[in-house]
Amino acid sequence: MALAGLFLILFLPVHLVINFMLLKSDPLPFNKAAQFMASFPLIRIIEIVLISAILIHIFYGIYIQLVNWRARPVKYAVQIRTKTSFFSKFMIWTGATVFIFLVIHFFNFYFMRLGLVQGNPEDFYSVAHSLFKIPAYNYIYLLCFILLGLHLYHAIISAFQTIGLNHRLWTPVVKAFAWIYAIIIPAGFAVISITIWQFR
Amino acid sequence: MNLTLKIWRQKDTKSKGKFVTYKMPDVSPEMSFLEMLDALNHKLIGSGDDPVAFEHDCREGICGSCGMYINGHPHGPVPAVTTCLLSMRHFSDGDTITVEPWRAKPFPVIKDLIVDRSAMDQIQIAGGFISVNTGAAPEANSILVPKKNSEEAFDSAVCIGCGACVAACKNASAMLFVSARISQYALLPQGKVEARERVRAMVAKMDELGFGNCSNTGACEAECPKQIRLVNIARLNREYYKAY
Ligand code: SF4
Ligand code: FES
Repeated sequence: MALAGLFLILFLPVHLVINFMLLKSDPLPFNKAAQFMASFPLIRIIEIVLISAILIHIFYGIYIQLVNWRARPVKYAVQIRTKTSFFSKFMIWTGATVFIFLVIHFFNFYFMRLGLVQGNPEDFYSVAHSLFKIPAYNYIYLLCFILLGLHLYHAIISAFQTIGLNHRLWTPVVKAFAWIYAIIIPAGFAVISITIWQFR
Repeated sequence: MNLTLKIWRQKDTKSKGKFVTYKMPDVSPEMSFLEMLDALNHKLIGSGDDPVAFEHDCREGICGSCGMYINGHPHGPVPAVTTCLLSMRHFSDGDTITVEPWRAKPFPVIKDLIVDRSAMDQIQIAGGFISVNTGAAPEANSILVPKKNSEEAFDSAVCIGCGACVAACKNASAMLFVSARISQYALLPQGKVEARERVRAMVAKMDELGFGNCSNTGACEAECPKQIRLVNIARLNREYYKAY
């Protein structure tokens, strides 16, 4: 769970950097980068790892959640009032939203490359631009990224604890990093979508 | 002060329980929570009613038997105390106090506020011991233990097995309890010998008994009357990986 999650966390900035090329008026760099990602052998291997990580993370996440729900068959009458890590309570739901987004995302891009969906996989630039011109798509996109941020914040702190790293000095650093990461990554994706939507 | 108590009443494991409301006049702020319940039971017995069943023994915060869920907190709203040490001065006149038993699949209700916590003992029996007699305290210089380790081992050994961590956890996970036990041994030379078997056995037993999984939410740490800390859970995870 934690390892698969950490791998997915590492993938996000790579994707973000490539997405920033969408802001150029020349479609070539982005399309080239997308082509490179689709053809370079090493990246193809990483892609398999990535898809496996997504699947492991989802299946394991759902399994753990089901066990956890079953572990308290009778609920308390007075809601738990303990002060705790707030976002940790909604991981399954923030995760589910990210999953729904992934499905849409795969339909729009990945499946096109696999030939399952109609479209020109050579020109993801135009595909992305036309999608970002749809207001409803933007709203869904932004909402998903806000929820991804909430997911990431607890995810990072939690993953370190799960792999056994908890340190008097370093854990506060991890917590601060989690805050920054959970804001910067979604904000980066949001800036790109809003810019294309409003200014291009 | 005058209080209204909403207490979970349940005849036995099989029957369906319900909340019963009791008026409790003239509660002294100097009473402990258990003394207040004693006073209620005195009244109930006097009027021929069935007294509220609750578990208690030492009444000084060391046996871990007095767990109950008070107004949304295990052992009540005051940090780092057990129910027996919870003073009524933390409540005010006119308050309504809801008292529930621990809620978790491995803790079935026996009667009213008493739950069967033998699942905790089963985890302990699975590996929470050292198989050989380690004898009397050895000469201080023959086995050197860093001060930091001995202190941390002691801090985790103060866990009283009350189950408040399970009761507080949204997943009813026993990780904090198990991590306290594992840490207590893992930090000391005598415990290291059987460290691998111990952690495997205790974790397997915990999972088998139907406790939930840790999601690092931290409710256990916030509610533990003995202030067992989450660093222990990280250590438990490390010990677990090392055992495979
Ligand atoms: S870890 Fe704390 S809350 Fe859990 S059983 Fe031990 S003393 Fe009770
Ligand atoms: S009665 Fe022993 S800890 Fe409360």
